[in-house]
Amino acid sequence: MVENIRELIKLHEGIPHEVYLDNENSSIVPQEVVDAMLPYYNKKAYGNPTLTHKPGWEAFETIMECFQKISRYMGAKNLEEITFTPSETEANNLAIMGSCFAQKGKGKKIVISEIEPINVLQVAEMMGKFGFSTTKIPVNNEGFINLEKLKEAVDKETILVSISNVNNELGTIQPIKEAADIVKTQNPKALFHTDASDAYGRIPLNVQNLGVDLATVSSYKIQGPRGMGAMYLKEGVNLERIIEGQIGTQKLWPGVENTPLIIGFTKASELAFENFNANNAKMRMLRDKLVDGIFSELTDLRFNGPKGDKRSPDNANISILRCEGEALTIELSLSGVYVSSGSACSRRLLQPSHVLVAIGRIFEEAHGSILMKVTRSHTEEDIAYVLEVLPKAVNRIRGIVGSTGVH
Amino acid sequence: MSRIPLPYNSKVMDLFRNPKNLGKMEDATVVAIAGNPACGDMITFYLKITDQQVIEKATFESYGCAANIATSSIVTEMVKCLTLEKAWNDITWKKVTDEIGGLPSVKFHCGVLAVGALKRAIRLYFTQKKMPNPTWLPEEHTFEEKQALEEEELAKTLSKRMKPEAEK
Repeated sequence: MVENIRELIKLHEGIPHEVYLDNENSSIVPQEVVDAMLPYYNKKAYGNPTLTHKPGWEAFETIMECFQKISRYMGAKNLEEITFTPSETEANNLAIMGSCFAQKGKGKKIVISEIEPINVLQVAEMMGKFGFSTTKIPVNNEGFINLEKLKEAVDKETILVSISNVNNELGTIQPIKEAADIVKTQNPKALFHTDASDAYGRIPLNVQNLGVDLATVSSYKIQGPRGMGAMYLKEGVNLERIIEGQIGTQKLWPGVENTPLIIGFTKASELAFENFNANNAKMRMLRDKLVDGIFSELTDLRFNGPKGDKRSPDNANISILRCEGEALTIELSLSGVYVSSGSACSRRLLQPSHVLVAIGRIFEEAHGSILMKVTRSHTEEDIAYVLEVLPKAVNRIRGIVGSTGVH
Repeated sequence: MSRIPLPYNSKVMDLFRNPKNLGKMEDATVVAIAGNPACGDMITFYLKITDQQVIEKATFESYGCAANIATSSIVTEMVKCLTLEKAWNDITWKKVTDEIGGLPSVKFHCGVLAVGALKRAIRLYFTQKKMPNPTWLPEEHTFEEKQALEEEELAKTLSKRMKPEAEK
């Protein structure tokens, strides 16, 4: 198996240029961020922040500064509201399971949207084992939640509502403030969680203004190191720990604090926020160039998700008809363009992206979808290269399809 | 909903990049289709068959992943110059998988579908020629044909389930 993978990698030798657009699934960490992290492995603050010696105190000081910065970027009231977790997956697990366990006896109902990421969807469904039930709110064909249906769904039994601020596949910016207001009007005791992993660093985010009780952010989604995320928990809201162990600076997440990764995440956040408007405008410009270019070169495409201000500036999601997604990702990779697909082809279940299905895409449209996310680190040359490579790749794959499956 | 690595071997990659016998055959004796675009997996085989029931030439078109393209292509190579009887008896999904140097287990169904399409083409030959089935051709569907039918049925169910969603 590994031998095959080695051969696959070898096939890429000599590609003239590489453009990584799969920032949904991992990201390139800028050198500045790596440089910021490295000293914390062996030069300073390498101690455990809860112990009584200099390396420990240094770690404590460092982590407190990071708490301070992240709480400010999220719009939290104070730093105690932030918990660092090993990625947004753990943060979402903690938010959902922790809320349910803390509210035992107060209700049995969780409300989510049908396009939540898997680490919300599956955790909510898993809570069924503990007697909780999950209601899914439908979305329209651009991925916006149906606020009427939300209002109907939230009742006295509802203990938690979880709706992503920005949908990770479609870039749809949800009306979170309105949704939170509706939920609190229906049931003031119900908690509101938002996975803001795709909002943080890309659209203005302020957890206090949104009126949410819990929020998740992710490091790699803003070009920080993998293995780091954070959860916001509003002061005064009760949450139960979901894992046990030695408690350090965070009562909700035991274990030794990972100072270098916390530094990396904080540095990545600084870079995203210090020129927020310029970064945002650059992502939007590159993304629009990419999308417009693809649409001018190819026909039989569907643009997935909303256009304009209601879409995150980094996200492009396009269904390419008569072009199966997995085959296309491989073909693009061989030319140095890296994207992901909502195709079902890596799964025996033959079920494509649940998000694309939820917005009413037929299965064939979902199988031919590609998801691309630009970052501020991309250049116009990168986009030009993608626009040179992608139409050729699509045309080759479509050439294999020929008249098979034509609609 | 899990993702898995797909370590395609060099033969699969080679046939994906340079598929052999690709394209529509205008003077094909039989054309058979298996799979459905809703499943992201569909193959068309074109067979040129002599009066002596020998497969003179086979070509394909395919909508699907790299494994689908590669297995379809290799089947068109494997059946060349075989009698219909030999093609029917000898070409199994396991043989196709071996011939291609192995596939990731989640991709076995690509070989199955390709052989299902081939068997369908062979059956079609006798139906179209209005000839009685030879003794080596069973009435009952083979494993590969059943799998192809199952996938097509699944596609119908998926399309049905999609409709209320699409109306939203």
